[in-house]
Amino acid sequence: MDFLNALVALTNFVMIPAVAYGSQLALGALGVTLIYSILRFSNFAHGDTMAFGTMMTILFTWLLQSWGISFGPLPTALLALPFGILATMALVLVTDRTVYRFYRAQKAKPVVFVMVSLGVMFMMNGLVRFIIGPGDQRFTDGERFIIKARAFKEMTGLREGLAIKTTQGITVVTAIVVVALLFWFLNRTRTGKSMRAYSDNEDLALLSGINPERVVMYTWLIVAALATVAGVLYGLDKSFKPFTYFQLLLPIFASAIVGGLGSPQGAIAGGFIIAFSEVTITYAWKKVLRYLMPDNLDPDGLVQLLSTDYKFAVSFAILIIVLLFKPTGLFKGKSV
Amino acid sequence: MTDTLKHSLMFAAVALLILLEGLTDWSFFSGSWNSSLVILNMGLISAIMALGVNLQWGFAGLFNVGIMGFTALGGLAVVLTSTPPVPGAWSAGGPGVVMALVMGALTVISAVAATRLLPKGGLRAALIVAILIVGFVIYRALFDPSIEAIEDINPALAGNIGGLGWPVLLSWPMGGLLAAGAAWLIGKTALGLRSDYLAIATLGIAEIIIAILKNEDWLSRGVKNVVGLPRPVPYEVDLQNDPAYVDWFASLGLDPVLGSTLYVKLGYAALFSVVLIALLWMAQMALKSPWGRMMRAIRDNEVAARAMGKNVTKRHLQIFVLGSAICGIAGAMMTTLDGQLTPGTYNPLRFTFLIWVMVIVGGSGNNFGSVLGGFLIWFLWIKVEPMSLELITLLTSGLDETNMLREHLLENAAHMRLFTMGLILLLVLRFSPRGLIPEK
Repeated sequence: MDFLNALVALTNFVMIPAVAYGSQLALGALGVTLIYSILRFSNFAHGDTMAFGTMMTILFTWLLQSWGISFGPLPTALLALPFGILATMALVLVTDRTVYRFYRAQKAKPVVFVMVSLGVMFMMNGLVRFIIGPGDQRFTDGERFIIKARAFKEMTGLREGLAIKTTQGITVVTAIVVVALLFWFLNRTRTGKSMRAYSDNEDLALLSGINPERVVMYTWLIVAALATVAGVLYGLDKSFKPFTYFQLLLPIFASAIVGGLGSPQGAIAGGFIIAFSEVTITYAWKKVLRYLMPDNLDPDGLVQLLSTDYKFAVSFAILIIVLLFKPTGLFKGKSV
Repeated sequence: MTDTLKHSLMFAAVALLILLEGLTDWSFFSGSWNSSLVILNMGLISAIMALGVNLQWGFAGLFNVGIMGFTALGGLAVVLTSTPPVPGAWSAGGPGVVMALVMGALTVISAVAATRLLPKGGLRAALIVAILIVGFVIYRALFDPSIEAIEDINPALAGNIGGLGWPVLLSWPMGGLLAAGAAWLIGKTALGLRSDYLAIATLGIAEIIIAILKNEDWLSRGVKNVVGLPRPVPYEVDLQNDPAYVDWFASLGLDPVLGSTLYVKLGYAALFSVVLIALLWMAQMALKSPWGRMMRAIRDNEVAARAMGKNVTKRHLQIFVLGSAICGIAGAMMTTLDGQLTPGTYNPLRFTFLIWVMVIVGGSGNNFGSVLGGFLIWFLWIKVEPMSLELITLLTSGLDETNMLREHLLENAAHMRLFTMGLILLLVLRFSPRGLIPEK
């Protein structure tokens, strides 16, 4: 019984949050990695693109709510999501036309692109704060839980409860659907194949008649969709605050690099590695250990390896270890 | 028009902007000399930070986005150097903390040594993991009781290890040293990797430094802030109570309150100017020296420089440490100016990316450009808010006073500054990528 209790506590406090957070990071890292493999720079504006997409989705959610439309037990934001994605697509395409295309034509160095993306980051950040303000926004509605802790306890008779939030369920399901669609697109469609070809060898791709501007445009469209979905899922699960989204940049970059920049499989693996390490290292293990250890060996403290505020340190430490031992990442990314 | 004249005119224009801030309350100017001097003082500090970043980016092409971390370390140095020691704190937990930190360092060193010396394989991996786990357990066992003991001492006012009680001016070079030490550690691991990786590594280390300042209450009191730091200039109240100064202010036609505040700010401005001029002179000398030429050669063509026998990684490490030290000095100066260390207020947009805007707009690779950029961008950072307020008032003047859109726009006008900074950066990168004062 104690073992089961420990297992349930572990699932409830570590596994489920980490899976949800990992899915969000993976979607974010996929966006970063796609930009890197097609446009060949690290996009510092990615966190703020996510923030913009989420903000648009929130605005549409409010609009739908004011019309009295809801999605039953699911959050209304899911209905608003397609509109948010379209708005973000429009924004990134305009950004690409007005900003990035000029440097592409010049064949500027990657570091110039990074610098430019800093400027874009500033502008998007300002725009989001200007429209929706810098404060916290909660926009979850509908049922809050799939399984409530109390119901689980009554059902199983265990001392530990297991709660699954609706948003966590939605996150995992949506992430699976989105990733499946993305891989189908990259591997099966003509455009997806041309994108991979362009990423592998630009000159050869150009030689075989692939239109680079078209590839770039499709990349931005996909990245906009990925960023918005990742942002909305994160916002539903926690809450939306422009600055938090900017700070997500670090774990997202860490995920993409740990997996191998430029490799979509790597981005997903990286997202889960970062999420699981962050959660397990900052989790207070006392609860789980109490069930597993003999009574006389109960831990005194919280058995927390690092305080939660050091979660950045965890992603960073993993990042450094991978960079030192395997600079191309676990899945052999690009090392340009 | 010669270049020198053009550049002098640019400096004159920025000086005029700061002067106008004090002279007139027309439009977005406030007409307050105090506000003008506040901008000048922070402009001086910004210019120093920009010099440091320019050293790394302009001379050597290193992309450092962890400026905020080095700035914060400078702030920490002020607390550790100049605050009076907390009675009993050192004896309560000092040795324990030092032992724990030494153990932590030994753990890392032995793990690194194991990695270097042992042959690759499962045994090595197991040994490294074992070293790390055992080291971590010992570290925590030594560390936790010591910091608890320190934090228990007078927690309402102190609860931290306190400082050395040295003069506050000494904390500026100390800030530089602390930042240099951190930079050496980061540089050792991250330099030599790709430029994007260095960027992301520095971004991460800056966040970690802030997290440490926020959470290690025994060191910096965390989010409880350290207030009332010693000052290198007299307090306003003391001046107002000193008849000699009051008479002097009166003879200048100033009332005691205004006179004393201006006197203090001018004192800071003088101190900061000395530091800026000294650093600027050193940076100019470095740029002209063979060392500076070598740096630029490395920046422009690493392979060729390597072929000429230059140790690129070592030189990169050197300039990375130097540039970060300058940011640390500026950070210590800023904390001294504020009179308090508030770890909660460090924000990468303000402390890292804004400095980058200064360097790029001013002209990367040119020290004078960075200084100009520092002053100009800081002025705009402060003034964009009232400017956009005016602009929005003008644009929406046709709308009703209680119009929702108008109210929303006016309320959020403050956030236009980030937007404007981004726009300035993009415009400069696009139309004048070499900045206002280009590299020669």
